[in-house]
Amino acid sequence: MEIPTDHLNKMSVEEFDTSKLLINAARQRDQRGLEDVLIVDVDCHHYENESMKDIVEFIDDPVLRRTAQVYSGAGTGANNPFMMGSPGSQDVAGRVTRYPLRKMEETPEDGTHRDIHLSLKWMDAMGVDYVMLFPTPMLLLGLHPVPEYEVAMSRAYNRWLTEKILAEENRLKTMLYLPFNDPDATYQMVKDFGDREGVCGFMVVSTRYKPVYDNAYMKTYSLIEEMGKPLAFHGSYSWNDQLLGNTNRFLVTHALGFTIFNAVHMCNWIVNGLPERFPNLDVMWIESGLAWVPWLMQRLDNDYRMRSSEAPLLKRLPSEYMGEMFYSSQPMEMPHNPDILEMTFKMINAETQLCWCSDYPHWDMDVPSVIYDLPFLDERQKKNILGENARKLYNIDVSDRFPNYQPPA
Amino acid sequence: MAKELFVSKSDDLPDGERKIVPNGNYEIGVYRVNGDLFAYQNVCPHQGGPACEGLLMAKVEEVIAEDKTYQGMTFNHDEMHIVCPWHGWEFDLATGDMVADRKFRLKKYDVVEKDDGIYVTL
Repeated sequence: MEIPTDHLNKMSVEEFDTSKLLINAARQRDQRGLEDVLIVDVDCHHYENESMKDIVEFIDDPVLRRTAQVYSGAGTGANNPFMMGSPGSQDVAGRVTRYPLRKMEETPEDGTHRDIHLSLKWMDAMGVDYVMLFPTPMLLLGLHPVPEYEVAMSRAYNRWLTEKILAEENRLKTMLYLPFNDPDATYQMVKDFGDREGVCGFMVVSTRYKPVYDNAYMKTYSLIEEMGKPLAFHGSYSWNDQLLGNTNRFLVTHALGFTIFNAVHMCNWIVNGLPERFPNLDVMWIESGLAWVPWLMQRLDNDYRMRSSEAPLLKRLPSEYMGEMFYSSQPMEMPHNPDILEMTFKMINAETQLCWCSDYPHWDMDVPSVIYDLPFLDERQKKNILGENARKLYNIDVSDRFPNYQPPA
Repeated sequence: MAKELFVSKSDDLPDGERKIVPNGNYEIGVYRVNGDLFAYQNVCPHQGGPACEGLLMAKVEEVIAEDKTYQGMTFNHDEMHIVCPWHGWEFDLATGDMVADRKFRLKKYDVVEKDDGIYVTL
């Protein structure tokens, strides 16, 4: 394959192998002894669009299934009624080469799904034991104007994922995609799929225009709380958003986009007293980095002190509720001054509330050393963040990888 | 006395090309660009990616007119960048400095051409 390096020249690439790309991650794993550390990745991805032909066969509605079959087959042009895209440049215009090259990678034709082979390859290189696997293009499906399409596709995807991927490989798990634009279908999804093997929790992609305080969602939150599984909000972006549409460099579209939707949902979640209404529901915020949390804690506390009549359900400061939520670490902002990061860790109670994740294979992925090498963490804190916090949160049985597992002491 | 690592015969590294050679636990990427040779450890100071296995690209610059209006972007081939394939961090080929934050840099090696061969000084 040839990748343009400027408007005239190209670089030729003969092969692509995830294990070779990540050989330095494997060296870090060995240098740090990470094979002996439980590592749970709470946010990684596959490209479900590469299996779309198989996934659409799980669509219940016969008319929508036939429509999806047409568009996942030979195609009828550029448009596809199921995918709600957005312009973007996640791979920095081909500089992050695993994007354009991934189709070159060969996997064994041994009956095991290619996504399982590819996932285990990068997991082994980094020393990761278990992952929460999420889709990629579907992260924009919440922007679809017709909820029926999101419901049909996500039900098909969840059936396919649980039956064809998760049931075949115990190291791959998920927080189930919820079609949040349809509250009743969201509730039904939790009921129908919540107890399936490998379903460790539930995930709402934040990039959408539905407020989390809507009464229509309360029965779903109750059900999830009763099941004892966490609910996550996963960041994403939309360059078509009216506010983000004012940004002309994807750097900003991404930096703000992956944060701002989660920030809005977080504020609504807090000031509407949902932590008081669902005190046993664990809530996690994924892929917004960490720096936004101290900002929002201070901002909300300041306004709440002046306007508490607008949030009468609260019994404590917003920051205190936020300090009891869970956060995924990626993409780790790495300021030159480590005091800034250390203070952030303190504010979010990282020792118990932070869970490492890679976001692999996406462009701003993190390797485990971003946590393991932090100078202000002790050994127990590192192990908590890399795996133990997630093991407890999801109640994962790790005996197949660690028969004599003991929580870090 | 410094050790020398044989990279290749001179003819096997033509202008505009790159070779990556093993060196202990890591590798060294050796480039010949516009007649000059450069060598860097194949480890990105960010998260450890194999920086030398990525693209070699010209610096991108903005074109700003005298009246300060934006006129587009262009490539400046006088400053070539090594682009780490893990995250896209870019390094000045001439110095190894990370172009967005010069506190970071690739580990640089001296490289010499003699007796029809290319050698890195370790």
